[in-house]
Amino acid sequence: MTAAVGGTAAGVPTGGADRQSPVRPRRRRRGRTAGWLGWLWVLPALLMYGFFVLRPLLLTMQYSLYRWNGIGQAEWVGLTNYLTVFTDSDLLKIIGNAFVLIVFFSFVPVALGLLVASLVRRMSGGPFGTVVRTVLFLPQVIPLVAAGIAWSWLLSTDGLVNQVLRAVGLGGVTRAWLGEFDTALPAVGVIGTWVMLGLCTILLVTGMSKIDPALYEAARIDGAGPVREFFAVTLPSLRQEVGVCLTVTIIAALASFDIVYISTSGGPGIQTTVPGLEIYRLAFSQRQVGLASALSVVLMVLVLACVLPIQRLTREDKA
Amino acid sequence: MNLTSRSERLTGRIFLIALVVVTLLPFLSMLSAALQPRGTVPTGLAWPADPQWGNFADAFTAANMGALLRSSLLIVVGVVPIGVVIATMAGFGLGHLRVPGGRIAFGLLLLGLTLPFEAVVTPLYYQMRDLGLLNTRWAIILPLIGLYMPFSVFWMRAHFATVPKELSEAARVDGSNTWQLFWRVHVPLARPAIASLTILLFLWTWNQFLLAIVLVDDATKRTMAGALGAFQGQWGTDLVLLCAGSLLILTPTLIVFLIFQRQFIKALIQGSLKG
Repeated sequence: MTAAVGGTAAGVPTGGADRQSPVRPRRRRRGRTAGWLGWLWVLPALLMYGFFVLRPLLLTMQYSLYRWNGIGQAEWVGLTNYLTVFTDSDLLKIIGNAFVLIVFFSFVPVALGLLVASLVRRMSGGPFGTVVRTVLFLPQVIPLVAAGIAWSWLLSTDGLVNQVLRAVGLGGVTRAWLGEFDTALPAVGVIGTWVMLGLCTILLVTGMSKIDPALYEAARIDGAGPVREFFAVTLPSLRQEVGVCLTVTIIAALASFDIVYISTSGGPGIQTTVPGLEIYRLAFSQRQVGLASALSVVLMVLVLACVLPIQRLTREDKA
Repeated sequence: MNLTSRSERLTGRIFLIALVVVTLLPFLSMLSAALQPRGTVPTGLAWPADPQWGNFADAFTAANMGALLRSSLLIVVGVVPIGVVIATMAGFGLGHLRVPGGRIAFGLLLLGLTLPFEAVVTPLYYQMRDLGLLNTRWAIILPLIGLYMPFSVFWMRAHFATVPKELSEAARVDGSNTWQLFWRVHVPLARPAIASLTILLFLWTWNQFLLAIVLVDDATKRTMAGALGAFQGQWGTDLVLLCAGSLLILTPTLIVFLIFQRQFIKALIQGSLKG
C-alpha cells in the first residue's frame, strides 16, 4: 500500500508544494479542481454499473418492443408484448402467484416476528441470545437452493412433515405437498416463511430493545391492556423496522426464483410458476425474448410500486 | 404487573425456542437422510441404526467438491476485492468529496437498488455471448460487480457522509493529496463499514444462483449455489446422496458463518436496515 501511495504522490506534483506557501487562495483553487477530478473516484463503479446493469436494462426495454427468437431478425411489434402480459390468463396467474407468495414471505414472518418481539421485549445478551441469533440467521446464510432442496425433502411423501402429521393422528391429510394442485403454492410459500422468519424476528427484537421502557409503564398506568399497548407503543415505535422487513421480504417474494426452480420447477401445471421463472423459461427455452423482456419490465415496475409506498410510509418521520 | 411481564417473557422464550427448533429441523432431517444406507428410501427424521458416514465421501466425489470449491473461490476473489475497492472509492467521492453533479450519479445508482436480477439476465446473456465470455467465470464475475454497485456505493457513501470535513482539511494542510488522504486516513476509519460490505458481497456471490445457471453451463465453473442446482438435477432421485451432497456443499459457508458469526449478523442487520 505504501508503495502505491508513493508512486501516485510522485505523479501529483502539487502534493507537497503548498505546505509552506500562503494557504488560502491555493486551497480554494485546488478544492475546485479536486471537485471535478473527484469524478475519477466515482467512475470505476459507474462504468461497471453502466455496462452491466444500465445497458442491459435499456436493452430489456428495447427487446420488449420486438418479437425476437434470440437468433433471427427481430420484428417491431410495439406494445403487443405488454398487451399479452396483461391479457394472457396464464401470465396473469403467474403474476398473481407472486402476490400470493407475499403473504408467506412477508406477512406471516412480520406478524410472527412482531408477536415474538412484543413477548420477548429484549434479547438477552448471554449465551441463550447468541445461540438464538446464530440459529435464526442460518436460513439467511445458506443458499436459497439449499433451502429448496431441504424443504423438497421435508414436504415429500416420506418427509418429516407427513411423519409428524401421522404421529399426531392426522395421517389422513398427508400428501406430496409440493406435487398437488391445491397445496403446491402454499407449500412453496412455507419455504419462504422459513427463510424470512429469523431475519424478521431478529430485526424486530433488536428494534424492540431500543424502545424506552417508560413508554410501556406509562401505557400500563393508563390502564392499557397488552393489545392496546401493542398498537399504541410497540407498532408505532417499530415502524421503521417493520418497513425494512416488508421491503426486503416483498422484493424476495416478487423476484423469487431459486426456491421455486429447485422445489417445483413451477409445477404442477403453472400452479407455482412465478414471474422470475417464467422470464427464464420464455427467454431461454421458448425463445420468446420479447415477451420475456416485457414481463421483466412489468416485474421491475411491480417491485417499485410495492416498495416505494412502504418506504414513504415508514420513513417520513425519521427524516 | 411484574408477574404478567415475567410470564409473558417466558412465553416469548418458548416461542424463540420453538423457532430455533423449526429452523434446525430441515438440517437435522437432511442429516438423518444422508446417513441412511445407499439405495434405501429414508423417512423424515429417524436416526439410522448404522450411520453411513461414508456417504459423505461418495458425495464428495460425485459432486466433484474440490473443483467446486476452487471455482467458487475464484469467483469470490474476482468479485469481492474489486467490488469493495471501487464501491469504497465511489462512496468516498459521493459522500465526502461531494463531487459536482454527484446527486445525479447517486440517483442513477439508486435506480438499481430494488432491481430484480431477472430483469437484466436476458440481455446479459447476449452481451456475454458477444464478448465471448459465455461459459467462463468472467460471465458471472463482471455482471455481479456491476449489480452489487447500487447497494455497495449506497452503503459506503452513508459511511463517508458521516466523516467530518475537518479531518480532510487537517490532512491537506499536512500536505497529503487526495489519494494519500483516502488510503491513509479514510480507509482505516472506514474499516467496520468495509468489513460488513465484504461479508455481504462474499455471501451474495457464493449464493448467487440465477446468473450461474443462465451464463455458465459447466457446473465446475459456477458458484456453490449454481453447482448445487446441477447436483440436484443429476442426483435428484438418489435422496441419500442428494442430502449428503447438499450438506457438504453447505459446510464451507456454515464454517465461515460460525467463525465470523458476530460480524455476519451485524452486517446482515445493518445491511437490511440501510438497504
